Amino acid sequence: MRQDIQIISDPTDAQLRETALSRSEFQLIKDLLGRAPNHVELGIFGAMWSEHCGYKNSKPLLKRLPSTGARILFGPGSENAGAIDAGNDLAVVFKIESHNHPSAVEPFEGAATGVGGILRDIFTMGARPIALLDSLRFGSLDVNRTRYLFHGVVGGIGHYGNCIGVPTVGGEVSFDDTYTANILVNAMCIGVAPKDKMISAKASGIGNPLLLVGADTGRDGIHGATFASVTDPGSTQRSAVQVGNPFLEKLLLEACLELRDTGWLVGLQDLGAAGLTSSSVETAHKGGCGVEIDVAKAPRRESGMSAYEVMLSESQERMLAIVDKEHIADVQGIFAKWGLHSDCIGYVIEEPALRIKDGDTVLAEIPTDYLTEKTPMYTREGLQDPAIAQLWQFDFSAVPAPESLSAELLAMLAHPDIASKKSVYQTYDHLVGNNTVIAPGSDAAVLRMRDEQGAPTGVSLAVSTDCVSRMVYLDPFNGGAMAVAESARNCVCAGATPVALTNCLNFGNPEKPEVYYQLASAIDGMAAAAKALQTPVVSGNVSLYNESQGSAIYPTPVIGMVGLLEHNLRPLPSSNLQTGDGIYLMGPWYDQIASLAGSLYMAAQKQIVAGRPVQIDLALEARLQKFITEAHAAALLQCAHDCSDGGLACALAEMAIWSDIGVTQEKSIQVDSPISALFGEAPSRILVGISPEKQAEALRMAAAYDIPFVKLGTAGGAAFQFLGVELPVAEMKLRWENGLVEAVKE
Amino acid sequence: MKFGVLVFPGTWSDRDWGHALGYVSGQEVVYLWHNDTDLQNCDGIIVPGGFAHGDYLRTGAIARFSPIMESVRKFAENGGLVLGSCNGFQILTEAGLLPGALLRNACSSFLCEWTYIRVERTDTPFTSQCQKGQVLRIPISHGEGLFFCDDTDLQALEDRGGVVFRYCDANGAVTPEANPNGSKNNIAGVINESGSVMALMPHPERCCEPELGGVDGLLICQSMVHAVAGIHS
Repeated sequence: MRQDIQIISDPTDAQLRETALSRSEFQLIKDLLGRAPNHVELGIFGAMWSEHCGYKNSKPLLKRLPSTGARILFGPGSENAGAIDAGNDLAVVFKIESHNHPSAVEPFEGAATGVGGILRDIFTMGARPIALLDSLRFGSLDVNRTRYLFHGVVGGIGHYGNCIGVPTVGGEVSFDDTYTANILVNAMCIGVAPKDKMISAKASGIGNPLLLVGADTGRDGIHGATFASVTDPGSTQRSAVQVGNPFLEKLLLEACLELRDTGWLVGLQDLGAAGLTSSSVETAHKGGCGVEIDVAKAPRRESGMSAYEVMLSESQERMLAIVDKEHIADVQGIFAKWGLHSDCIGYVIEEPALRIKDGDTVLAEIPTDYLTEKTPMYTREGLQDPAIAQLWQFDFSAVPAPESLSAELLAMLAHPDIASKKSVYQTYDHLVGNNTVIAPGSDAAVLRMRDEQGAPTGVSLAVSTDCVSRMVYLDPFNGGAMAVAESARNCVCAGATPVALTNCLNFGNPEKPEVYYQLASAIDGMAAAAKALQTPVVSGNVSLYNESQGSAIYPTPVIGMVGLLEHNLRPLPSSNLQTGDGIYLMGPWYDQIASLAGSLYMAAQKQIVAGRPVQIDLALEARLQKFITEAHAAALLQCAHDCSDGGLACALAEMAIWSDIGVTQEKSIQVDSPISALFGEAPSRILVGISPEKQAEALRMAAAYDIPFVKLGTAGGAAFQFLGVELPVAEMKLRWENGLVEAVKE
Repeated sequence: MKFGVLVFPGTWSDRDWGHALGYVSGQEVVYLWHNDTDLQNCDGIIVPGGFAHGDYLRTGAIARFSPIMESVRKFAENGGLVLGSCNGFQILTEAGLLPGALLRNACSSFLCEWTYIRVERTDTPFTSQCQKGQVLRIPISHGEGLFFCDDTDLQALEDRGGVVFRYCDANGAVTPEANPNGSKNNIAGVINESGSVMALMPHPERCCEPELGGVDGLLICQSMVHAVAGIHS
């Protein structure tokens, strides 16, 4: 008897781990089917019920996130990505997604296919991708493998984005021991579509053919979805990593966008996690119908592949197109023009089921709702790790004062988290597409939107990704809220109004009470901030089980924010200080020692991650953001820069370095603890430069918004002089420019 | 005037050229698919950047066999203007329409950044709107942009004035530090003997509007428009 239809009535532990199912879930499958599943069916259940596809641990929590708003066209889960209305009959389509586990074992291909996957989510909806961002987190640089992973990941991202011709305009790169065995690679893509031509991921029309388009199906990436849903990614799982072909994806992209305008496509779905299984089940379920697939018709890269392998392969650059049966030859003609073969592998059927055949033999038949709605959902009991309460008690006054504040600042500027990322982004094409108005290296990147004829619309998008995971670790609710607030603040610093967000929740094993607590609390914090800032969630992705040898990463809910600059409003630069400009801290001033809690300074210079971070005041945050955008619209500001990692000292130093100008401190400033004032971290703070003739009006406006502010100093000369730091800007610049390059040198 | 922008599978600067010559410069632009042979009576041809045919084998090595390239060759032989940029430069050297070859950057990695290039000749249809010695600020974006030829060919190229652009610093000094990719003699762009085919590694189409950070690319677009207008009059 062929192995794939062998009935499995009592699976071994190895079979369960391979499919990432628990024994009780297996029993549930038997109960649903009224019989034991066969090998193919078990694999399908495993993939569809995996956390990666089924969100069984996170879905009940994700419902707490706000997802409605006047601009929302598609919210979470309804299509491959979220979409907002940006006016001018255009939709902005965007999503962020993780490719952590694959990148941890095979960094180049893992990161490259992460980019490929998120691009497909965008153009599947009929949107032309206009920008990519990558949020990257690596482990300690004391470990040699970290350098290998870093260069592999950056190389893979550049390879895919450069080759397909979509600009990589931003993101993050940071390093912390917590990620040594579990690096994070989150890729975000933004696309633009004419609102009335978007393509849905629904199957419909009984008898309409299913075309499998693009790459042949191979053995790569089998169990990718389940692989992503277990802990301890190891090199033995390299076969679960896919290999990308950006050239082929470019052809798919152009073919799909050409087809978008014909109206011959009924539905379109990319093949990502769990390949053909998930794409066919999801399109059928969303369309309220079923699909019948003949695996014998799927073109293969190699001989001897079983039905199980064909159904679960995650070979990249493949699409499932549901086509109007009257136009199948026309559609195949367009694919052929782009050098793509498209094979009819099945049809839409009336019964709401996934039926898999191999020629005339039926291999599997499962009602689609068993694989979707009936996925078991787990609401667990969370419990805060008792160690956190202890960390909150940490006494910062015991931390010895540094000998030289100037030396401390230089060390911080050279820290790879703060140092210039130019050596990374100059290997990415960040200009292709003729839309990049603010290139990487500022708080947010800015892209202009053009209409279908190519004419600028007067609307620009500000985009940013963010999360300070130390803050989430020490206080998940507050940290989750801070991540949303900071990504929004980044857009605000570019002069934009934040309008919606996508998120990638990178956490450890949710079956552990302390991890579940982090997940639930961080989501609650994100929800509170998203409501307060009126930035609903349109899409997202969950990556759990990021842990090795029982130790979870810091909870890392990465936020991808999109803001709008409308009515031809030009972006606000991050650095444009001129001699005589006043430099102000907009937001609260902190010089108490407790503000060092969770700071990069303590983590980097003292190897201490402790204390209770400063709590965010969401009402103040909202007012601050409103003030900055209003002040920019009134042309009152020279520049604005978010004050976050590295505290006030690093933010001010960056402004000086970028503007190539010195800073002289305002004499009236008195401080309790200079080290806290310099390197303490707190939310709701933005540095602005204001020219002398605008200062009175700008400060009047700040007072009207009830924003606390402090004049920090005045721009001029070539020396940086602030709270005991005395340095030539040129010296700071050198350290800042070389920090990352030196740190990752192999 | 009517410009044709070639599109190979894997080309991605086609739409940017369409925008720079069409929307910004007000010219008629058509896209010419690599499998076609009809140049549709275009007055000028652009061979744009990208990864034509995936750059498999070697950059431009497969693209030169696309049917449209035979038409481009005949067009150039009859004095038609052909401008290549980035991957277009690589394709034109592979096709033998321009001398030299483009090798992997000396730094070995892909580089996307703004560069300065000095205009060496203004008596070409591609640079007539520039001043001799003028420094243009134009971005590059390539992994294989090191212009290479052997010393004899290099001497011949220099002797006949085949170098149109050289990488330089902001003041126009041609220095090793200003050379982003290790090109011989800092060469950023060359022209054929008859003056009808020119290519450069930088991307003029990316800097034709102030909000994109510069407008120096317009000088090259406008030079071509002037040149073909001259042919028509």
